[in-house]
Amino acid sequence: MLAGRLRALWDYRGFVAGMVARDFRGRYLGSVLGASWAVLSPLAQILIYTLVFSQVMRARLPNMPDTLAYGLYLCAGTLTWSYFVEVLTRSQTVFLEQSSMLKKVNFPRVTLPAYVFLSATVNFTVVWGLFLVFLLVSGRWPGWVLVGLLPLLIVQQVLAVGLGLALGVINVFFRDVAHAVAVGLQFWFWLTPIVYPLGVVPDVFRGVMTWNPLYALVDSYQRIVVEHRWPAWSHLWLAVAVAVVVTVIAETAYRHLSPAMVDEL
Amino acid sequence: MTPAIVVSGVSKSYRRYVRPWHRLGEWLSGGRLAWHEAFWALRDITFSVAAGESVGIIGLNGAGKSTLLKILTGTTQPTAGHIQMAGRTAAMLELGLGFHPDFSGRQNAMIAGQLIGRSARDVEALMPDVAAFAEIGAYLDQPVRTYSTGMTVRLAFSVATAARPQILIVDEALSVGDAYFQHKCIRRIREFQEAGTTVLFVSHDAAAIKTLCERAILLDQGRLIQDGPPDVVLDYYNAMIARREANHTILQAETREGRTTTRSGTFRARVTDIDLLDTLGRPARAFTVGDRGQVRARVAFTATIVAPTVGILIRDRLGNDVFGTNSFHVAPIKETYEDGEVLIADFEIPLNLGVGSYTLTVAVHSDATHLVDNYDWWDKVIAFEIVAGSEPAFIGSAWLPVRFHVERHDGETG
Repeated sequence: MLAGRLRALWDYRGFVAGMVARDFRGRYLGSVLGASWAVLSPLAQILIYTLVFSQVMRARLPNMPDTLAYGLYLCAGTLTWSYFVEVLTRSQTVFLEQSSMLKKVNFPRVTLPAYVFLSATVNFTVVWGLFLVFLLVSGRWPGWVLVGLLPLLIVQQVLAVGLGLALGVINVFFRDVAHAVAVGLQFWFWLTPIVYPLGVVPDVFRGVMTWNPLYALVDSYQRIVVEHRWPAWSHLWLAVAVAVVVTVIAETAYRHLSPAMVDEL
Repeated sequence: MTPAIVVSGVSKSYRRYVRPWHRLGEWLSGGRLAWHEAFWALRDITFSVAAGESVGIIGLNGAGKSTLLKILTGTTQPTAGHIQMAGRTAAMLELGLGFHPDFSGRQNAMIAGQLIGRSARDVEALMPDVAAFAEIGAYLDQPVRTYSTGMTVRLAFSVATAARPQILIVDEALSVGDAYFQHKCIRRIREFQEAGTTVLFVSHDAAAIKTLCERAILLDQGRLIQDGPPDVVLDYYNAMIARREANHTILQAETREGRTTTRSGTFRARVTDIDLLDTLGRPARAFTVGDRGQVRARVAFTATIVAPTVGILIRDRLGNDVFGTNSFHVAPIKETYEDGEVLIADFEIPLNLGVGSYTLTVAVHSDATHLVDNYDWWDKVIAFEIVAGSEPAFIGSAWLPVRFHVERHDGETG
């Protein structure tokens, strides 16, 4: 089953790559600056978070003397969160978006979430690459701890793909899912310590908030980028467990519902 | 010969929910509740197509044609039964599918080719052929949004048929292009047929089915109701289109000469006698090119009918319409006929037809076509031959009296 799907993905790698390329180029087509926008807009975002917040608004992290610390804290959380959300929301609608193709052509459906994932990964790579350049230029290069990002991102994206796939398949049958998820993501964003440190939250809520599977991940990114420390690996068990459970649910939902999906498109 | 396509006992049901939460209820109950209404798009369809055979599939909208195609192409699964397809299948269900207007023809051809399972290298290798067939020249590297509809369709068709498939499934796709393109496509499909490709052709276009297929399958309300030679099946289909009233009947019978005639209608008026006469008023079944013929029909009424229309239709050997008209267009009958009355209709026509065999169809209906009230439609009631006369030799199904002369000019240039 899974092996068959991987094989199909490999056979259709040209199609997946073509769709990713089309996605990337399609975004900047017809603009004078073209692909430079892929660099310019995240660059603006990074500069706003770092320079405006630290220099203009003088926002500070508690117990951190560095003036740029809050800006870096913000970037560590929001850039990775955007990657998570992009995969999740696009996987969720990809079957509906490509419904005409699904209805008329017999091709492996797994190529659709695959291209969405790769496309988002390309975007994230560009954005994160810029952020790393910024860290280097501003003299805040974290060093080897950056390697720690890789396993963290893998866990995060397994969760995103799993959730996206499960919701994407269900969304074909109940279009309410997309709306509910949009609302849910708002809450999730603000209930995760991304723009504020957990320390500012009253003690009563703090314990509950750490049960958020993304909490430990986001906390680890911030720790790597701001404090140049390795993640507290043992805190990640919840994220890993949730990612595994979600993957199993997604696999079951996909296997049961995807054959009937075309009849609903 | 081994069959290329085997469809055995295929049924397909769709679930219809009156309210979206009914489905939710079913899901949450783990299947114990059944709040849906099953809608059977296909019921127990069984047929097989031999390798190299060409079959047309016809039916009214909603007859199940698209569902059958979706099952054959594998985009959806049958609820019961199974199918077998032997060989690489190319389906042209919608030309230009997945084309993005802002990308060039080449980029779109690349994606479309890979979507149907070709490798990038194969598509690259086929690209010169694709561009040549599509006749888009330098436009290949221009965005598709600058293309005319014709160019887009040509490119899409070209990509889909770049390599000869073992099984080709063609939907109404061909109806979009211009006449030149359609001829080109039909020629390519013919080449495939000659090389041994099995073709499944779905169309409303009776002429195209008669030209391309040696067999036709008629679907109605999800069931296979006819399977046979295209002209016979299409006559039945034609009669079916008119089947509006409950007492409308369709009869098919084989004549002594082995021709299948289809007769349908409400029979509130009935053609009781039909004959084809020569200029001397004698029944004739052979004419020389350009002879005058006379069709005489006797219509008996069994109900009061206001302003009936009597029509005739001449078809060629393959069942293609050659000429047809009716009294509504020529000289409308304005009288009302009562039960028991009889009408004799005469059509005098010069048979300017090519050499070959033809059939005559006669009909009585209301208004301009048989689609409103069809009293009696009798297909291929008479067969007749056209033989060569003293005219110069010609080809085709129409005889157009021709005059020809040449003028000699000096070979001066300028």
